[in-house]
Amino acid sequence: MFAEIFIDPWVDMFAAPDFLMQVLWEGLVSGILYALIALGFVLIYRSSRIFNFAQGIMVVFAALTLVGLHAMGVPAWVSVALTLGVMFVLAVTIERVVLRPLVGQPDIILFMATIGITLFLIGLGETIFGGENKVMITGDLGIPTGDTVLEPFGGLLILQHLDITVVIVATLLVIALLAFLNYTQMGRAIRALGDDHQAALSVGISLQTIWVLVWFIAGIIALVTGIAWGARAGVSFALEVIAYKALPVLMLGGLESITGAIVGGLMIGVLEKLFEIYWGQPLLGGNTETWFAFVLALIVLLFRPQGLFGERIIERV
Amino acid sequence: MLYRTAGQFKTSYTADQALFPVRQDAVLLGIVLLLVWVVFPLTASEFAFQTLLIPILIYALAAMGLNILTGFAGQLSLGTGAFMGVGAYACYKMVTIFPELNPIVAILLSGIFSAGIGVAFGIPSLRIKGFYLAIATLAAQFFLVWLFEKWAWLYNYNASGAIQVPNLDMFGLYVSGPQAESVTEYYIVLAIVTLLTVVCINLTRGNLGRTWKATRDMDIAAELIGINLMKSKLTAFAVSSYVVGVAGALYVFMWKGAAEPNVFDIPLSFQVLFIAIIGGLGSIMGNYLGAILIVGLPVVLGTAADTRIFEMSALAGLLWLAGILAVAFLFWVARNLWGVAAALGFGAAMLLYGYAQTQGFRADSALVEHINTMIVGALIIFFLIIEPHGLNQLWRLIREKLIIWPFPH
Repeated sequence: MFAEIFIDPWVDMFAAPDFLMQVLWEGLVSGILYALIALGFVLIYRSSRIFNFAQGIMVVFAALTLVGLHAMGVPAWVSVALTLGVMFVLAVTIERVVLRPLVGQPDIILFMATIGITLFLIGLGETIFGGENKVMITGDLGIPTGDTVLEPFGGLLILQHLDITVVIVATLLVIALLAFLNYTQMGRAIRALGDDHQAALSVGISLQTIWVLVWFIAGIIALVTGIAWGARAGVSFALEVIAYKALPVLMLGGLESITGAIVGGLMIGVLEKLFEIYWGQPLLGGNTETWFAFVLALIVLLFRPQGLFGERIIERV
Repeated sequence: MLYRTAGQFKTSYTADQALFPVRQDAVLLGIVLLLVWVVFPLTASEFAFQTLLIPILIYALAAMGLNILTGFAGQLSLGTGAFMGVGAYACYKMVTIFPELNPIVAILLSGIFSAGIGVAFGIPSLRIKGFYLAIATLAAQFFLVWLFEKWAWLYNYNASGAIQVPNLDMFGLYVSGPQAESVTEYYIVLAIVTLLTVVCINLTRGNLGRTWKATRDMDIAAELIGINLMKSKLTAFAVSSYVVGVAGALYVFMWKGAAEPNVFDIPLSFQVLFIAIIGGLGSIMGNYLGAILIVGLPVVLGTAADTRIFEMSALAGLLWLAGILAVAFLFWVARNLWGVAAALGFGAAMLLYGYAQTQGFRADSALVEHINTMIVGALIIFFLIIEPHGLNQLWRLIREKLIIWPFPH
């Protein structure tokens, strides 16, 4: 038993390094997508202290809108632009209808309201586009679909072009986002609001504008994630489960930290794949990916209650 | 006027701290008890038992368990579904290992197992707080559901992987399983729910409840005034998980009849959390109001889509109208014009829909279900906006206004 848990997995890893690399690569790709969703969460959490549960469903909604518009005969890139428009309208509506009347309520009430938004969007998406599975318009958007086969260590490593594109686009998006947050006036306003609401308001930053802005950015991120994940797994409401995956990513990285979201996402993506392949399937009957991330985050939190990069929690009476 | 308190004098501290300091409250509760214990069982149809009465009670019980943890002790939990599952599986193992065990005893004992698991997953709460704590309960949620699926001993190595409730009898009367009658199941659920509600009301009013509330309001301050945080938080997890576990056992044994592991997945947790929050965190009665709304509303909307409103019997139509007008009136008494508008708007929409049906309009059932989801989501947001503290607070406001009605002050 000891050997099975502590020795055999490592032996397996070194016996087939090409397979290990394949596992790591796939973990990395899903990790990047987790990180993207978590980024959407972090932006909204920082600027409004709202734990936005609806991020996952925004991914589905964006992907559905895109596919639905294209099915109505709109050209692919035009439907991307239109979907962005829809996400903007959504951001404005959420800010106006849901958030503004709830300013200053306890965190859990706002959290609940985002679950209400989730249900509403599920219903709306199903009403307009139907509940069945759809195929992402990968070809029309010009996303490459082939694969490259490498042969490291005399083995076999298959890199899907789609995955490579996802990694590149996600990285570019993160860089663009960081540049936006650090070097533009709007970005600085978002960060200021994250640091201190009162102070930000007193120097003339508009809460409402920033909230619309962060929800819109979260919508853009949702669209990119939706395209990437939809191309890998089809567009359906089952995509919503990846939203749950973003929660441990956030907790692990720390709720306020953008670095944390990225590092946490990559860590969880890679580690859960490794655990599933080398420990989960041989020893535990598989499918451990449903809970591994949560248990990992829980263990890390026991040592660092604010997550790896979160703001230190200071409590005063 | 209806709630006139004039002439009800309190001459001792005991009278002042009584459960029902106002006589009308006690009378109202008496009427409700009469309804649920006598009138409903005598008049309800099979459909009403299975879609309204039994599930509302069970969901209310689960929400009460969650409310003790989240509303009274301030520890956010997103793992209610899994703890319900622990209760259900524990009960299933007990009745299959000891077939002669009294089913009610088995149901009450099954809560002890979920209490144990709840305490185990509650230990991190001593160090992790707020939303970060949600991760501990989410870990429980996903890990336990996975365990229900993979640990074949739990479901007696069934090929289906589901637990199937056997016929259980008590003194010659089937109380659970395919042969049990709905009325029997209803009375058992009602008895257990009533018992646990009384226990919970008194726990939350007593010493333990006060330590929970102090922990909720600010745990460091509570520690400073001498409350043992570990004891306070872990007892909250234990009591809460016990109640939730019993609700889970009832859910499978008295209502569903069979359950696969994914029944206990996260949507169930969220549904219970909705009930607790819409009902009002930190209240007992709110859980019932929340359950009536969240469980009852989709059923009402669904039946309204199936049956033609304009072809209902005159009595049913009048009840509909009276219900909507009563809700609008209560909102009006509470000076909540949004509420009045929403109630009347809802009534008008139903009438319009009924009229469209007489003109030959038929919505297909999938569409109705999707629109139902939308309406439920919108209603959650709506209720949070008009009263973030839940239906319980809304009732409290209405009651306060009723005392002075028809005068404004």
